[in-house]
Amino acid sequence: VSTVAERTTRPGAGAASRVRRLRRSPFGRFARRLPFYLVIALIFFYALFPFYWALRSAFTPDADLFKTPVQYIPAHPTLHQFREVLSSHFFLRALLNSTIVAGGVTLLALVLGSLAAFALGRFRFRGRSATLYLMLSMTTFPQIAILGALYTMINGLRVHLFGLSFQLPHLYNTLWSLVLTYMIFTLPLTVWVLTSFMRGLPRDLEEAAYIDGATPLQVFYRVLLPLIAPGLVTTGLLAFIAAWNEFLYAVSFEETPNNFTVPVAMVNFVGKSGSTFQVPWGQLMAATIVVTVPLIVLTLLLQRRILAGLTAGAVKG
Amino acid sequence: MNTTEVTTVARPRLRRRRSTRLQRRQTRLAWMLLAPSLLVVVAVAFYPLGQTVYQSFTDKQFLAIEPTKWIGIENYKDLIHDSIFRDAVWTTVKFTVVTVLFEFVLGLIIALVVNSNFKGRGVMRAVMLVPWAIPTVIAAQMWNWMYNDVYGVINSALVRLHILDHAVAWTAQPSTALGSVAAVDIWKTTPFVALLLLAGLQVIPGELYEAASVDGASRWQQFWRITMPLLRPAILVALIFRTLDALRVFDVFYVLLGQRQDTQSMAIYDQNTIVTTGDVGYGAAVSVAIFLIIGVFVVVYVTFLKVEEQ
Repeated sequence: VSTVAERTTRPGAGAASRVRRLRRSPFGRFARRLPFYLVIALIFFYALFPFYWALRSAFTPDADLFKTPVQYIPAHPTLHQFREVLSSHFFLRALLNSTIVAGGVTLLALVLGSLAAFALGRFRFRGRSATLYLMLSMTTFPQIAILGALYTMINGLRVHLFGLSFQLPHLYNTLWSLVLTYMIFTLPLTVWVLTSFMRGLPRDLEEAAYIDGATPLQVFYRVLLPLIAPGLVTTGLLAFIAAWNEFLYAVSFEETPNNFTVPVAMVNFVGKSGSTFQVPWGQLMAATIVVTVPLIVLTLLLQRRILAGLTAGAVKG
Repeated sequence: MNTTEVTTVARPRLRRRRSTRLQRRQTRLAWMLLAPSLLVVVAVAFYPLGQTVYQSFTDKQFLAIEPTKWIGIENYKDLIHDSIFRDAVWTTVKFTVVTVLFEFVLGLIIALVVNSNFKGRGVMRAVMLVPWAIPTVIAAQMWNWMYNDVYGVINSALVRLHILDHAVAWTAQPSTALGSVAAVDIWKTTPFVALLLLAGLQVIPGELYEAASVDGASRWQQFWRITMPLLRPAILVALIFRTLDALRVFDVFYVLLGQRQDTQSMAIYDQNTIVTTGDVGYGAAVSVAIFLIIGVFVVVYVTFLKVEEQ
């Protein structure tokens, strides 16, 4: 560190320089950083242990799983739990339902959101920033606050609005109820993040297209949409994950196991045997692994993009 | 339009009028593009919010035969004397304080570690994202199994290390229920806080630290005099997001504790009142109360931020 000082003090400074030399040796450097590496090891352990435990439980046969003392590493590793869960109609149905709901929500939010972002990012008009702030405030909207109203609405509420009176469709215990209500948290996020992407684009391309006689809608899907493709991927992914993970509405609006999404199925888990007497922890943990591994891989692959999307949604404004 | 009347004097006016027409067309197009989104927001958020407020003044019962009656502030009067709700509010506040505090401290430590230079930093960053990528309900089930009183790893490890002399039913007994729920939330959400703080750390210029070391400031002084003040905006954003999230907590409580009355969050109580009991009117009053409680926190934070800015 202080090479000049060291050189001047070297003659005659025996012990001090020995300490210094030791400190600069590879061993000394390691010893000094030891607490730091310990902290890192601790964080590793803390972050990964629950996941490891699910993994070990998924590979442990029931006979070993429900036995004490607890085995920390499966003595007889097996794929049995995975085989059971991947052939269980209950779980596969939940996977399909979640895919339909999250996919539908993402598609709808992207279509509506990109149109809105086109308006908010590329036009100047009165009410623009008010609309943006409305969308921003919507991202912190507490969903529990409108649970009861939504519950009565999807159960065919009679609406009286501006002299009109009509019955809402009965959507209780259908996947439609989720696709529509999930717009509350996906649409504002999509609008907000896509608007920031739209704003970042240069004017020239758009103007050139207008001079060539393109209509605004042509400019939108021929010029702007391809340019914000990375933004569409990021927001689409955030919307998909949010919809995939949602629980409050899913558990309140779906009644029969046939319409359960993955989170609801994970709470009311029924094993292959159909018995509800004991929670089939082995199969449940196998299901956990099946659901989370794709999410973890996706998050790791796209971590930079997700971060950019999150910070655009969270920090700006 | 009669162009023959146009004189040189009138021309600017005409141009302005033409530009306003373009402006008007643009505005109309913009609102048309916004219309579907606004319609959806009104239909799934604002109308239901209005409906909730309306329902909170009625005795609406789900699937009731008698027509719904307007009962004024009767629900709110009941709510004030509702000791179960008061317990739920208290439980939620305790949960919020504990989780936000722990998530902040742990998140800051993790962010500082990941921000410093060492081999395997990329791996570390990836590892800390793992809990965050796991859906809350699934994370809660993973912990539920670890908490198991007979076959759970937590009891097994603590007994083997002689920290406990017998297994504990973590989620079943009231004294540990709230703590075990908070632990899951802390594990799951600390990465999010760490990420926000890390983003804040990365924009602090390194020259500041160099200048400080030249001036002889210790690491500790550098942390309190440079890092913390410059990290303030990121810290505030993280705290706001986490507080608002923690106040409406539902998933972890539902998975680990079910709908137990001794330890339940405000959202659990409300969902139970509406969906399980079918007491929509009273549930709406609970919803409004939750909305107001969260609103108070938002107002406090926003004024705090404004004061900060000045």
